[in-house]
Amino acid sequence: MPLFEAERVEQAAQAGARSADTGRRNAAVRPLSIAIFAMGGEGGGVLADWIVDLAEHNGYVAQATSVAGVAQRTGATIYYIEMFPRERAERDGAAPLLALMPAPGDVDVVVASELMEAARAVQRGFVTPDRTTLIASTHRVLSIPEKSAMGDGARDAALMEQACASVARRFVRFDMAEAVERTGSVISAVIFGALSGEGVLPFGRAQFEDTIRRGGVGVEGSLRAFAEGFDRAKASPEGPRAATRPAPAEAPPAHADPRVARLLARLREEFGEAARPTATEGVRRLLDYQDPEYAASYLDRLARIARHGDERLLEAVARHLALWMSYEDTIRVADLKTRSRRFERVRAEVRPGRDTLLSIDEFMHPRLEEICDTVPAWMGRWLLKPGPARRLVERLTTKGRVVPTTTLGGFLMLRTIASMRRWRRSTLRYQRESEQIEQWLERVDRVASSDRALALEIVRCQRLVKGYGDTHERGSRSFATLMACSERLEGRENAASMLRELHEAALADDAGNLLRERVNALH
Amino acid sequence: MAERSFAQEVGKLRLGAGEEFVGEGILAVTKALLQSGVAYVAGYQGAPISHLMDVLADAREVLDELGIRFENSANEATAAATLAASVNYPLRGAVTFKAPVGINVASDAIANLASGGVTGGALIIVGEDYGDGSSIMQERSHAFAMKSQVWLLDPRPNLPSIVKAVEDAFELSEASRTPVMLELRIRACHLHGRFVAKDNRRSPFALADALENPRRDVDRIVLPPASFLHEREKVEQRWPAAVRFIRERGLNEFFAEGERDVGIVVQGGLYNTLLRALERLGLADVYGRTSVPLYVLNVTYPLVDEELARFCAGKRAVLVVEEGQPNFIEQAIAASLRNVDLPTRVLGKGLLPIAGEYTPSVLVDGLRAFFATHAPGIVAPAAGLPASETAARLADAQRQLAGQVQPRTPGFCTGCPERPIFAAMKLVQRELGEHHVSSDIGCHLFSILPPFNIGNTTMGYGLGAAAASALGSPAGKRAISVMGDGGFWHNGLTSGVANAVFNESDQLALIIDNNYTAATGGQDLLSSKAITRNRSTQHPIEKAVRGVGVKWVRTIPRTYDVGAMREALREALTTREKGPKVIVAQSECMLNRQRREKPQKRKAIAAGERVVRERFGVDPDTCTGDHSCIRISGCPSLTVKPNPDPLRTDPVAHVEQSCVGCGMCGEVSHAAVLCPSFYRAGVVHNPRTFDRFVHRVRNAVIRALQRRTDRRLAATAI
Repeated sequence: MPLFEAERVEQAAQAGARSADTGRRNAAVRPLSIAIFAMGGEGGGVLADWIVDLAEHNGYVAQATSVAGVAQRTGATIYYIEMFPRERAERDGAAPLLALMPAPGDVDVVVASELMEAARAVQRGFVTPDRTTLIASTHRVLSIPEKSAMGDGARDAALMEQACASVARRFVRFDMAEAVERTGSVISAVIFGALSGEGVLPFGRAQFEDTIRRGGVGVEGSLRAFAEGFDRAKASPEGPRAATRPAPAEAPPAHADPRVARLLARLREEFGEAARPTATEGVRRLLDYQDPEYAASYLDRLARIARHGDERLLEAVARHLALWMSYEDTIRVADLKTRSRRFERVRAEVRPGRDTLLSIDEFMHPRLEEICDTVPAWMGRWLLKPGPARRLVERLTTKGRVVPTTTLGGFLMLRTIASMRRWRRSTLRYQRESEQIEQWLERVDRVASSDRALALEIVRCQRLVKGYGDTHERGSRSFATLMACSERLEGRENAASMLRELHEAALADDAGNLLRERVNALH
Repeated sequence: MAERSFAQEVGKLRLGAGEEFVGEGILAVTKALLQSGVAYVAGYQGAPISHLMDVLADAREVLDELGIRFENSANEATAAATLAASVNYPLRGAVTFKAPVGINVASDAIANLASGGVTGGALIIVGEDYGDGSSIMQERSHAFAMKSQVWLLDPRPNLPSIVKAVEDAFELSEASRTPVMLELRIRACHLHGRFVAKDNRRSPFALADALENPRRDVDRIVLPPASFLHEREKVEQRWPAAVRFIRERGLNEFFAEGERDVGIVVQGGLYNTLLRALERLGLADVYGRTSVPLYVLNVTYPLVDEELARFCAGKRAVLVVEEGQPNFIEQAIAASLRNVDLPTRVLGKGLLPIAGEYTPSVLVDGLRAFFATHAPGIVAPAAGLPASETAARLADAQRQLAGQVQPRTPGFCTGCPERPIFAAMKLVQRELGEHHVSSDIGCHLFSILPPFNIGNTTMGYGLGAAAASALGSPAGKRAISVMGDGGFWHNGLTSGVANAVFNESDQLALIIDNNYTAATGGQDLLSSKAITRNRSTQHPIEKAVRGVGVKWVRTIPRTYDVGAMREALREALTTREKGPKVIVAQSECMLNRQRREKPQKRKAIAAGERVVRERFGVDPDTCTGDHSCIRISGCPSLTVKPNPDPLRTDPVAHVEQSCVGCGMCGEVSHAAVLCPSFYRAGVVHNPRTFDRFVHRVRNAVIRALQRRTDRRLAATAI
């Protein structure tokens, strides 16, 4: 007997003569209560309707409430259901009095269609160890602040799962979004299945399934999803999954191309266990980006840092240098967009289905800057000068272009741009990036002799330089600001941590307000 | 066409005597109206009473059979003024809206109606939007009942009680010649339950009878000297008549009246929550049988002094459970007892929180405190409290979760046409600097939340432009006001736009025209594109705006064109043209559009027709994980996923299967010069022979070239 009920019987017994007749008689009989924590537009209402119908068709009195309203537009919302055995009520000659909202300590089942919503139920106190079975999906639907962060804003899913597990009487969990994908149905059907599989409600599987049939809408799909939910709930509990980061693949021992073979040998000779996987990945990327000579220059640059004998620093430089050297210019974008594996990836993601044709359109907005960056440096400089040529290009590039990659025209155009890879080393962009890379490496190299920690933070600042167009410009500005600051910080005891804080400030907002504030506060 | 079809519910409106009605609270009210023999119903939609309007809109035949006129009123003032038909004629009528905002708008008509009084029963059904899930300011409708002396019913939240309250209300209204207000909280409106139906009744007096034999009585018109007469009539005749009716018909209820020397006075609507709290404390059972004396006010205004005196006589203390503030009922009870010199202590706010919703936990705490002082010993010390080990575990988990669980506020739906408008506004503000933005009520108010963070105030439905009045002065920057088509037709055309013309306001009024009052459930309005059976639609907003004298008007027929939106905004904010500038931004509400188009497309595909479906995607190898695209969109289907690149750590943007292909992502990439990672995938279902031929040719060439590239890359790949 759950704790609350035991208490209540006891209390009622103590409660004195006047309350004894009414308070005690039915103290242990309680309605079954179910709270659904959902997000608007997800079908929480359908689930609530199913549960009510299930109860009413199988000997229970049921009541459901919700606060739909504006919350149904994607916001968090709660549906609440209470049910009570009809036969018992008839025997007692009275109608049960059912509540309109859940109360902490009073909820038998909490259902959450997403992990943060499950955590919200815990935070609001609706999940209690003595009473509540928690059925939740482990997938995340990120909140706006989480997904709009300039870096990684996601909250700690493992921690949420752990908190849920620590307070739920039983915690049934699995990735319901995945089950939805597999069955092509809706999450409410998966949850309904899990509710049945868990066995917390006094109804059999057939009774659940009949409810779906009575609903009459999308019955086949719903039953498939129901079965999936039912089986997964039976198989639960599923341990928390470790977030999987893709690991760099190992390099082959030999290669037919002597230039590449030489690179592989250098990777073996010049790097320790800690930095080698990343450096290998770097080489792999630059081979893909340009050619073996370019990858060799990457290793040459790394060699300068390797002499400090700090593998951690070397690993960081290997990562960020590879990213920087494979900067996303128009050539690279056109190259990636026309690859066969990209076409396959799009097909896998869109899943066009049988007897269909797939087309892909790109949204590009090359501006004067991008064009100047792609042509040979002399031409780029000439175009950038104020004059009729510049005005013409500017006029032609005020609007973005939709490039139909799956047509011959679109594909050939992108492929032509991609083939300019051969002349990349002569472009304006290449010259500029190379200069900045050199400055950055020099700085790292110099600082590393006196302050390893600061050098590492300087390396990590490269993360700010990313994106395209305005985004890239903003990132570059922040990066330049941080580099200037690092100079001022050199020699200070806590230079590294201060630079790290500035780095974080740069990622706080895209207007750069916090960074400006922090920089001004530096003295 | 409303968001939901009520075809099934319409059948429930036809149930006859003895049959069981199963369904939602607000639909039970609708059925009760038909059982009461109403001659007309009007109202303005809004949570939680939208379904009353929606089901009647779908129930044309039932209404025709019963000779009922049903109007979707222009606003709540119109709805309340509709009740004028009950002043001279024995016609029962009902109006409904969301409260207290609806009553604010309706109060002029309600006050005039209440002054002259009514002949036929006049009922105002208000959905009290208070507490969890509410979208409006937290106030009480009670004050309006008091100020205009309109009786206020607040029945126990179960379907039989609610239905009985509707029927009682008409009789009370007629017995006291006073309009009656029926207050239902959100959860009561959305409550699933059942009651035994009666036959529908046709109004014995028809609307045609009134029109063909008009009656007038100058004493019912609010003009001196009648208005002075009305005030006296209210207190000397109508009030006592109401009290007599309430007492004789036993509208309020007593439970366990003499069982203890303490008791509880409770608003009917809070009865279930109170009983659950008493049960938690071991003072009631699951059937609501309790040993604590209860006086349940199904009528919260006026109070019945005799009943109060009877209940309180012999009691040391009573607790008043009254939600919201000010505590009108508690004050009135204290005064009433003082008048008859009863020494009973009256407690309420103080033991219970002054503000906020009364949840079971709140009431458990309040009751515990009340009994501890005034009836010590009847509640066991641990009753209703979790064991200490449980509490500790909970507290621990909650501490862990602090900072992890973020608010998940409502926002624009996937593919919402309002999103690109605010994306464009964000882009314009990047060029021209931040502007003062006067927001309105409607889905567009979600712009105030991340990621847009646009909007400085909201002053009420349709008042977006009006709220920028003072800020319509000439300055270096212009105020922008936002208004939906719902707010525009509700009153914004006159209160906002015409006012701005007349006063030569320099503001930019942005009117969002999505074909429906979308936030209240997608009801039709004057400018709806749909051709409907019983309503006149397709009256363009631009025409109305020009009609009241606006010279500078731009209509953007497709809001997803972020570039055009931005152009129009920029021009409106910089033009030298005097007077208000109006932009009408048009695109259909995506929720309604999907509801209409999805089944059509499915059917067409199944029938072998050529159908093109579009959706968007992001290439993870070109996405650098800055998420600018999300900060300018916030679309539910645009999210992030772990970066597949071993060198990068920041997650990449990702478009989920739920994408409806609205086109906003591509347009924003163009307009904001964001990033080339977005692609649009077009899927041609049931392609024609020509499609297949072109596809084969293209594919052959593209594949050959791709194989060459693959070979080149493979030669040096490791």
